[in-house]
Amino acid sequence: MGVLLLLAFWLSLALGPVSLPLGDTLLAALRLMGLPIDGEGLQQAELILGQIRLPRSLLGLCVGIVLALSGVAMQGLFRNPLADPGLVGVAGGAALGAAIAIVGGSMIGGLPPALAPYLLSICAFSGGLIVTAVVYRFGRRDGQTNVATMLLAGVALTAMSGAGVGLFTYLADDATLRSLTFWNLGSLNGASYPRLWPLLLVTLGVAIWLPRRASALNALLLGESEARHLGFNVERIKLELVLCTALGVGAAVAAAGLIGFIGLVVPHLMRLLVGPDHRVLLPASLLAGASLLLLADLVARLVLAPAELPIGIVTALIGAPFFLYLLVRGRA
Amino acid sequence: MLRAQDLSVRRGGATVLEGVDLALQPGEVLGVLGPNGAGKSTLLGALCGELETDAGSVTLDERALGQWSGQERARRLAVLPQSSTLSFAFPVAEVVAMGRLPHDTGRVRDAEIVDAALRAADAEHLRGRSYLALSGGERQRVHLARVLAQLWPGGEGQVLLLDEPTSALDPLHQHTTLQAVRDFASQGAAVLVILHDLNLAARYCDRILLLQGGRPHAFGSPDEVLQAEPLRAVFGLDVLIQRHPERGHPLIVAR
Repeated sequence: MGVLLLLAFWLSLALGPVSLPLGDTLLAALRLMGLPIDGEGLQQAELILGQIRLPRSLLGLCVGIVLALSGVAMQGLFRNPLADPGLVGVAGGAALGAAIAIVGGSMIGGLPPALAPYLLSICAFSGGLIVTAVVYRFGRRDGQTNVATMLLAGVALTAMSGAGVGLFTYLADDATLRSLTFWNLGSLNGASYPRLWPLLLVTLGVAIWLPRRASALNALLLGESEARHLGFNVERIKLELVLCTALGVGAAVAAAGLIGFIGLVVPHLMRLLVGPDHRVLLPASLLAGASLLLLADLVARLVLAPAELPIGIVTALIGAPFFLYLLVRGRA
Repeated sequence: MLRAQDLSVRRGGATVLEGVDLALQPGEVLGVLGPNGAGKSTLLGALCGELETDAGSVTLDERALGQWSGQERARRLAVLPQSSTLSFAFPVAEVVAMGRLPHDTGRVRDAEIVDAALRAADAEHLRGRSYLALSGGERQRVHLARVLAQLWPGGEGQVLLLDEPTSALDPLHQHTTLQAVRDFASQGAAVLVILHDLNLAARYCDRILLLQGGRPHAFGSPDEVLQAEPLRAVFGLDVLIQRHPERGHPLIVAR
């Protein structure tokens, strides 16, 4: 799995509208890391790599990791292998936040161009967090979190967010509509270091935190009271899982738009390969999520090169049939 | 020792449990009997801290249950619920190994304990199977092995609470399971077991608590409790009490 990720990352650095030889890519990447390698003939490769490909590949890496890990967290929390990170409303909320930023911005005569991308990210991130917090609040009663209530509240609030997005879509003019639509389909395009850092931090946090909860997640699959009888502080763990998902998916959506099916399909696929034990499942999903997202992004930028497909289309095209296949196989 | 004093639980205005006093003695199997809705599972929930009590107290070693840290409590007190919602394809041995999560005895010792617990629950042959491929009764035995592993080898000061551990079992395994529970208690653990089968209770329990409408109706040895009069009062069932021809414990036959 690790090898697959390295390969995907390497390919994702090398291939694009301007394809670089794989060897040059490696050398230029090593030079960027500060290794003393003769730079003769590598200037162009280094420029493309440093300015365009590397931030994009890192963005893909982070988005894939947080989406896959959040998927594992949610499937564990809801004890359901068909749960998706979007269930707690974070994706819907982020979409609403983005719609507010995009359409609202154009209605007040355009956001300052320098700030626009950041405002969009901040709005999307806060939208996701706020809606998730509301969903979590609905699930709380008498100091306990009822995950079934939370799931239903998630469905309701996602629908409400959808209505909000619809309203802004209706109000939008043609140009805004286009950017809103593209944002909803997701893309790693336009990756830059300033937009990468927050996501990188969140990804690191989630990737360190969740594996520490692997045993608790295993116990949670037995049932909440069973996990309590095994000595776990279940309410705290539920809060941590929701928080990891809200932060992770919120940051991913803020940086790259809505990218579906990774959070659902990757944990599921890895469970078939390595089994349901979270001590193995979490690292496996981390690697697979990152690999799959990088490969999907490669497809997105290569099939119509030099134009680019939104990556959400690619992941949905791969993910949805695979999901149906799982349903038919009856393992779901 | 797990001790409940004057326990009361109310649910939506109705009192579902009232005035229960009991202490689980080391090495003893205490059976809880009663018709549906008599408060048996509520009692078990209150005893393990899963349900809030409206009055009374539950203490483990003279210390309120809520003051124990989760891990400390889990090393002393294990609970087998009526049914489990596990819907992921764990191998059986891994399900049982979850019983070792509160401990840090190391991989080797844990593997030994998992084996021993599986043997005790007569589920050894299932160890490599996927949990989802098991029948209801096999799953029940796997979970019994899990809670046994949680307290293994079982000693004085440990408490095992079982909610209808035989409900899905065939006649042979009803007996092997309760015999395993007896053997476990003989190592020193205190066991409380909710049962429906009066004859199983007569054979395997040291004391029996008969609940009716959330109140204790009778509490004592099988010989004292399993008599025609209290059984008619609680279950509305007319019974004859015989003696087991070989073992001498009460044998309950419906008239």
